[in-house]
Amino acid sequence: MRTTLVLRALPPLWAALCALAAASALTLLHGESPRELYRLLWAGTWGSAYGIGQVLFKATPLLFCGLGVAMALRAGLFNIGAEGQITVGAFAAALSGAALPAATPAWLALPTVLLCAFGAGAALGAVAGLFRWLAGAHEVIVTMMLNFVVRAAMVGLGGHVFLRESVHTAPVVAGAELPRLSRYLPALHGSAANASLLLGLLVCAGCALLLSRTRAGFVLRTLGSNEEAARAAGVHVGRTWTWALALAGGVAGLGGTNFVLGYKHYYEDGFSGGVGYMGIAVAVLGHNRPLGVLLAALLFGTLSQGGLAVHALVPRELIDVLTAVVLLTLAASQPAVQRLLQAQPGARREKEQDEKDKEGP
Amino acid sequence: MSASWLLGLGVTTLRLGVPYIMAALGGTVSERAGVINIALEGLLLLSALAAALGAPHGAAAAALAGLGAGLAAAAVFGLLTVLLRANQVVCGVAMFLLADGLSRFLLKVVYGSTSNSPRLGQLEGHWAPLFVTGALLAGLLLHGLLGATTFGLRLRAVGEHPAAARSLGVPVHRVRLLAVLLSGLLTSVGGIWLVFDQRQFVALMSGGRGFIALAAMIFGGWRPLGAVGAALLFALAEALAVRLQAQGLPLPNYAVQMLPCGLTLVALGLRGAMGTRGSRPPAALGQPLD
Repeated sequence: MRTTLVLRALPPLWAALCALAAASALTLLHGESPRELYRLLWAGTWGSAYGIGQVLFKATPLLFCGLGVAMALRAGLFNIGAEGQITVGAFAAALSGAALPAATPAWLALPTVLLCAFGAGAALGAVAGLFRWLAGAHEVIVTMMLNFVVRAAMVGLGGHVFLRESVHTAPVVAGAELPRLSRYLPALHGSAANASLLLGLLVCAGCALLLSRTRAGFVLRTLGSNEEAARAAGVHVGRTWTWALALAGGVAGLGGTNFVLGYKHYYEDGFSGGVGYMGIAVAVLGHNRPLGVLLAALLFGTLSQGGLAVHALVPRELIDVLTAVVLLTLAASQPAVQRLLQAQPGARREKEQDEKDKEGP
Repeated sequence: MSASWLLGLGVTTLRLGVPYIMAALGGTVSERAGVINIALEGLLLLSALAAALGAPHGAAAAALAGLGAGLAAAAVFGLLTVLLRANQVVCGVAMFLLADGLSRFLLKVVYGSTSNSPRLGQLEGHWAPLFVTGALLAGLLLHGLLGATTFGLRLRAVGEHPAAARSLGVPVHRVRLLAVLLSGLLTSVGGIWLVFDQRQFVALMSGGRGFIALAAMIFGGWRPLGAVGAALLFALAEALAVRLQAQGLPLPNYAVQMLPCGLTLVALGLRGAMGTRGSRPPAALGQPLD
């Protein structure tokens, strides 16, 4: 058991090491000192209460997007459309929030706006699911195409709904705003961390419960681990793909609330900054488990905030490179670890049990 | 709609078609060997970036740098997916993220800009005939390579049933690696062309063409000539939009940008509705061999 844990911890450690090496190399390439880079990185993130608040703020959309990617992956689907899904989610939240009457109370406004954000993301996810089900089109291509379509469509729609001379929409009504965490924790004063994080934790717990405690979650996991077995057991594969991607899209769509309801209170062009793509790395690093995704989101949130902190030293695009490096090293080390895990005594028994389970009654 | 207008449309189609064709061919050769190549977009972007960085030393240096970058990126991708048996889809997406991040990083470092390089005057010249002929020729050559050579037969064999191929003495890993490298080389020509055509590097200038090329590859039934045909179809749509816009049709930019991606979705949907007559993916696609 202990060796298993150590083995499972190896890929993330290895990924961290490679990311450190890549960061140092690129910093040197830029003619700056890596030591200074790490000092700034720490000081700007976990080194102060404000920094911690900002890390939480950055981690929030990553949590949603990571969950969106992870839930789909548990069903065996690769959702790289989180970027488009969070964008339409944010857009829907901003438009619906601004359309409500100014005096709408929070108990009515918030659920409405959240439902719109979820619905918009879910609709986009469902499209990819339907394509996979009815046309046999691979979800990677479809979700990526949808990302590009959404990006172009936002430019087009923006021309109609953005306020004059700006790249943002009208603000949402007061009732739809999510409070900043600094209202309850004065130490976080100035940071943009807001109640969207709490919503994210709720959604995270919900996903965990769904996966482990419900029939739907069981169907989803069965399909993800063995499509043929699921089909043989009577799972309607196409329908499951569709609702799994709809759920994944909806969760990612809710991530838009962090910026729209909790921070600026309007939709702004380019608000996402690629969190949807980073969400892929979050899900893979988190082993597609809700708790793992939460931890990975915190790590990438740290990197993301750290990118801003070191911006004076090196371009913050460095962080995007590190995300890719982490993803590549994780993907490369997974098969080796799998092999080592299977070589463990005891793993054999587990595997046999797995196979017995798959055979079913 | 005069003859010269149609001719112009044809020329624009060919010009815009080069990256689609080259990436679709790159995808075809890789996937026929059993390696899913989502990395196409990243390969296009990285080779474009390298070409732009090499441009100050002349057009030849730019082209060589682009080819080298495509080959190097494909080597990394092949090492991870074929030898280390990493998940091909995850690695492909990661290569795209790496290319996007690295190109933005280097844009800042080298040119001090977040969005684009300055104009690369060294790339002036009439390159279009060369690249267009090259792309069409590459399609024919790949058709011959896959269909009429021993290497082509082996390549297809490792994509259909690697274990059987191995039992007959085919070095599966080596063939797959070569296929991925060839894929990188082919795709990088598309990236180089983007820079030669626009005479500058722009962040994310591949604009999804690598992913669209994947759809073209599928639409072309995993065959080189089919891929070329499908790639030209996507290019035709883009050319039509560009030319109509140039003639003053009130077609906003975002609509033109959206068109190839939207069309890809329609094409994928149609293909599903029509059924997949005669075209199917290689049987061992995405499966690494121990």
